[in-house]
Formats: sequence, C-alpha cells, structure tokens
Amino acid sequence: MRILIVGGGMGGTILANNLGRRLTSELRSGKVRLTMLSASDRHMYQPGLLYLAVGRMTPDELYRDQASLLEPGIDFQVDPVEEFRLDKSEVKTKSGKTYGYDILAIATGSRPSPEDIPGLAENSEQFYTEESAVKMFKRLQQFQGGKVVIAMGVPHKCPMAPLEIVFMLHDYFKDRGIRDKVKLHYTYPIGRVHTLENVAKWAAPEMDRLGISYETLFNVKEIDGARRIIKSEEGSETDYDLLISIPAHRGMEVIEKNKLGQRGWIPTHRHTLHMEGRENVYVLGDTTNLPISKAGSTAHFEAEVIGENIAAIVRLGMPVREYDGKVFCFIEAGKDRATYAMFDYQNPPQPKPPTRAVHWFKLAYNKLYWASARGLL
Amino acid sequence: MANRRLIDARGSFCPGPLMELIAAVKMAEIGEEIEVLSSDKGSANDIPEWIRKVKHEHIGTEEKEGVWHILVKKTH
Repeated sequence: MRILIVGGGMGGTILANNLGRRLTSELRSGKVRLTMLSASDRHMYQPGLLYLAVGRMTPDELYRDQASLLEPGIDFQVDPVEEFRLDKSEVKTKSGKTYGYDILAIATGSRPSPEDIPGLAENSEQFYTEESAVKMFKRLQQFQGGKVVIAMGVPHKCPMAPLEIVFMLHDYFKDRGIRDKVKLHYTYPIGRVHTLENVAKWAAPEMDRLGISYETLFNVKEIDGARRIIKSEEGSETDYDLLISIPAHRGMEVIEKNKLGQRGWIPTHRHTLHMEGRENVYVLGDTTNLPISKAGSTAHFEAEVIGENIAAIVRLGMPVREYDGKVFCFIEAGKDRATYAMFDYQNPPQPKPPTRAVHWFKLAYNKLYWASARGLL
Repeated sequence: MANRRLIDARGSFCPGPLMELIAAVKMAEIGEEIEVLSSDKGSANDIPEWIRKVKHEHIGTEEKEGVWHILVKKTH
C-alpha cells in the first residue's frame, strides 16, 4: 500500500511518525510505502513566532531539520506538489515527478493573507512569519510611546494569539518602563473580547485591570496609512501610532490552484476527516474547512486519529476511530502567567485563572514540541 | 432560489459560528444567501446583531431539534 503525505508541518509530521511507528514491520517488509512531500527541508515551530516578536525567543530556536524529526522508513522528499490528480490517485511535483498513492493525506497548512485588507500589509506589524516577527520586534524596540492598536482579520491561525499578544505587549512595555506612555487598544471581530465565552469572561476584566481599552464588533475594512486610521466594516474608526495586526489567513495556493477548496480550505468530514467525496483522501490541520481552531493541537489530535485509522485500514481493512473535535490551547496571559482551554465538538472549555505553573509548562512545551512532532508526546 | 452557502458551525466553540459567518461573508458573492447552523443558542442573537450592524440582511432564524438555522443575505 502506498501512503502519501503532502505537507511537512506539524500535522503531516506527527501523522508520518505515528504511521512510521505503527507500521514498522509493514514498512520493513515493503508491504507499505510511506512518502512525505514537503516544500521545505526545515520544520518551523510556529507558536515561537509570538515570542520572537517580543524578544523572548531567537530565530534559531524555531527550526529543526525536517529529516531529523522523522522515523526511519519514511521516504522524505523536498519536492512540493503542484498538481493534485485525485481522479488518477496521483500528484505531480515541482521537479516533474509523479507519485501515485492508495491513501493520500493533505496537510499543506495555511498562510497569512494581509493583502485581503487594503493598507494592512504596508501599515502594520505582524508576527506570522520569521521576517515579519523580527521586523515587529525591531519596531517595538524603537517605539517610545503612543497608541498601539491590535486588530485582526478572519479567519486567523491560533485564535488565542490576539489575547496573548496584547498581554505580552503590556508586560513588554512595562519592563521597558514606558507602559505609562503607551495606550494599548484591543479590537475584536465579535461582540466580546474573545470568541470563547468563558475566555472572554476572564480576559475582559483582566484588560480592565491592566488599563487595556477594547472595542468589540470591529472588523477591519481598510487602513488609511496617511492619517493612521483603521476603518471597520461596522462603520467605526480608530486611530493608531503603531498597528499590530493578525492578518486573515487562507489555505495554500496549491490548494486553490487545484480547485480543491475555496480560499484553500478543503471541504472535510468533521468526524472521519476525509475530504468530502474522496474516501482515500484525508485532510488535517489548517487545511480543512472545519469550524474549529486553526492551531497546532488541532493538527496533532487529527493526525493521531488519521494515523490510527490508516494503520487499521492496512491491517483490518477499515478505519476504527472518529475525530471528536478535540483542541487544546495554551493562553499566555503575559510574560509570567498562563492558562489553557481544552474543548471538543460537545464540550466547551472551562479555563482556570492563569498561573505561573502553566506558563512554565508552556515554556517547557516550547522545547517539548520537538518530541511532540516526533510523535513521542 | 438564490445561491445558498451552508456553514455547518455546530459544535464550534472556537472560532465559533459568528466568526465562521464573518469569514464566509467575505467569500460570498453579493446577493448570495448564507445559512449558518449553530448549536449555540447565543448565535440567534449575536449573528443578527452583527448582520444589522454591517447592514446585510437577516432573513430569518429557526430552531430545529436544538440546532439554530440562521439565514442571512450578503447585500453589498
């Protein structure tokens, strides 16, 4: 059986290692062939970008060689897919090679799309790429005071990031001794400060306590860079001296070009994780169109389900598990406290008050991630 | 019947039904109808509230067996 994984991010890597371990004997005997196609020979720890933007991590801490993370027996190729020929059960890569498959898993991820909002790319600082996060940190270091606004597009990767960055900025400016010269203003697309009601119930009074102002039902329509004004779809405006944005995201260009899903999100069954209408194609991580968080933990839990099911197909001829919508997100509440939210399709999160212990666990996880990607955690 | 887009946001706590709708409205054509399915009764209030504020059209809301079907139309 030929298993092909397209994408070497968190979801693809955990899935590959999960299968590499489950199917060791089949891989050795040649009964199963497991191939991963990726666009890069490096693997980035994307949550580290938040810390990079406020000077708490350095770029070298974000990367490992992708090959070093993979189990033996996985055929890893740096050769991005350009064409998905689903009717023929094959893909064509940039190098011109064709890879056939019996089971395909698509884990190509997502990308920030600041160009969706006029003026956003050229007038805001962002932290969703290494380059932009470093640029943001340099800009913060030069900033001496004024109004800092946090604004975002929808959908965005890591729904906790807006809260985390505002609380981390509070501590960043406090540590520099200029918090009293900085007005922090947080905007949010819906009618409370976070989409998770229980998180919003905790975060709003926390913002009040820290002197962070906020405006809800604020969807960014355009940025007037000359006047330093943000206009919202709802008709309001707010001015800024420094704009920190969380851009809307979209799926990868190759998904859009191959017409697998609008804006690069592939229609996916919420429990089986099959691409709708394709029994031999799985989708995981940011690439799905599922109404759940675009976050590493989502990709992780989906990968475990898909791994178990593909192994069961190899051995039993059928899948054995369904995905229940499980997501787990840490929430940094500043530089030294954190909490978390865990939920699934049936059960809302019940976040606890932030503690130092959870923050230290999150910092530990920043290192443990590499064990997680290897499928050990 | 106009083109209708279905957003199945049942069980979506994060990003949640309204966030899903906001993203869908951006992708939709003017005149397109969007039906949101939500298992959160709060959606029956917060979705029409946002739709009014951004001046699209709230066509109606109906509850069927614990699922709220909220129909809106992109008008501009």
